[in-house]
Parts: sequence; structure tokens; C-alpha cells
Amino acid sequence: MKELTFLKDRSGHIKISKMLLSLLGLPPAFLILSFITILCALYVVTNSNPVYSVLALILTFFSISAHYVLLNAQFLAVVNLIVYAGAIMVLFLFVLMLLNLNKENEPTIKTGWYVAAAISAGLLLLILAAALHRSSESIMQNSAAEIGLVKNLGKVLFTEYLVPFELSGILFLAAMVGAVLLGKKQSTEVNSKSDTEPSEK
Amino acid sequence: MTPDTIFNSLDVSHYIYLSSVLFCIGLFGVLTRRNAIVLLMCIELMLNAVNLLFVAFSSYMGDSAGQLFVFFIMVVAAAEAAVGLAIIVMVYRNTRSTDVGLFDKLKG
Repeated sequence: MKELTFLKDRSGHIKISKMLLSLLGLPPAFLILSFITILCALYVVTNSNPVYSVLALILTFFSISAHYVLLNAQFLAVVNLIVYAGAIMVLFLFVLMLLNLNKENEPTIKTGWYVAAAISAGLLLLILAAALHRSSESIMQNSAAEIGLVKNLGKVLFTEYLVPFELSGILFLAAMVGAVLLGKKQSTEVNSKSDTEPSEK
Repeated sequence: MTPDTIFNSLDVSHYIYLSSVLFCIGLFGVLTRRNAIVLLMCIELMLNAVNLLFVAFSSYMGDSAGQLFVFFIMVVAAAEAAVGLAIIVMVYRNTRSTDVGLFDKLKG
């Protein structure tokens, strides 16, 4: 309450305090999920141990999937879990473990950079929020509940979006070939180099 | 709580605020972290913020195009993560570090 009276001193801040109070009237499922999402995201960003960051990011993806379920996007919720939490994050975790990165060899930066980054990110958030506040028109709600199901999404994907779908397949193939090439060819090169170069250094 | 009551009691602007906050957290991470792998993770976080916004708009407007765009973003993110991690592994073999501050060889 003390903070609220402080905020009312300036007229511009009354709206913010009102907004914060109106948050309490939101559905508890959304509030709890948003809280978990933001908390885990902050943990990802601030924690200095990369392995913990990956685990927190997996938790973030789980809560975002729960948001998708709340928004009636069941197919995307499952795909998000399988692709992001299942495949991509395991890839990250594998690379972290393979490279044996832990807290000791985590590079650090000066505190001035932290302040500058916090200011710039906060300013971006401020601009986004202000732009949203200016254009506060509510979107028409004609949400059909079955939109996020596999049947409807598949129908649209294979008719309207067939060309992008095929192109993304080609992209995947190119990425796969590129990843294998980067991972494999370079290793032989480096091995032949590492036989000669360390003596020079 | 059924999804119908969520749509009735929650405006889409709440999701916009939430994904803006997530995006800015990801941006903060990109600006502060020096580990290239954590940098990629922060980019994934920003992509997920955008995904959440796409899904929210798609659900509120009853248009399935947004959810398909999320699908394509996931494809691009997976490809990006695979190639990015391959590059990081390659760089690690050469420099024995994933500190982006050391990746300045192309400066000339």
C-alpha cells in the first residue's frame, strides 16, 4: 500500500498502479503461468551456469506450451514440447556437456554493461507498452475452439501454405547438411592443423 | 478453467504485455551474456515470445494462419540452432572457448 500512495504522487503513475491492481482480477491460471514464465526466463538470463540456464529454458518452454493450451492451440503446444523442449534443448545440453562448459569458464562482463543492457531493454519494453497503450482497441473475438487442432491446421497447411511447407523442408535439409559439414569437415582440418600449429604457438 | 472463460475474461493485450516482457528479457540476455551458447538460448527465448504473440492473435481472431507461422518459425529456429551450435563447436575447437568477445578475428 505504501508503494501505491507513492505512485499516486505523480499523475502518470496512477494508471500503472491501477493496471497492477487490475492484474489481480485476471484468471489465476494465466497469472500463475505468466509468473512462472517470466521467472524462469529471468533465471535463464541471469544465471551464470549454462546448464542451469538450459534447464530453466526448458521450464519456460513448458509454461509457454501451457499458455498455448489455454489459447486453444493444442497442436502447437505438443509440437512446442517435442521440438523445443525435446529436440533443440537436448541439442543445447549435449553441446554444453560435450564442450564441458561450467561456471568456472563462464565469461564475465563489467557491471556497466549490465546497467546499459538493462536500460536499453527496459526502454524497448517501455516503447512497446506505450505503443500498445496508445492503440488500445480490443480485437474482435470470433475465436473458434477447433482452430488449433491437427485437422484444421493440416488442412490449411497442405492447401494454402503448401509451397512454404516444401521450402521449409528444403531449408531443413540444407541446415542438416550444413551442420554435418561444419561439424565433420572442420574436425579433420583442425586435427591436421593441431598437429603442426601448437608448436608454433 | 475452460478455455472459453479464458477468452472471455482475458484481453489479448495481456498476452501482448507478457510477450513484450519475454522479448525484452531475451534482449537483455543477448546484450549481457558472453557465452555464445547462452546467446543462442536467449535468441530462442525471443523467438518464443514472438511465437506466443502469434498464437494469441491467431486464437483471438479465429484465424489459423498465425499458428502456421509459428510452425514455420519453429522450423527456422530448429535449423538455426543446429547450424549455430555446429559453428560454435567448430569455433570452440579452434579457440578453446565460446566467449563471443574472442570472436574478433575478422576485424582485420
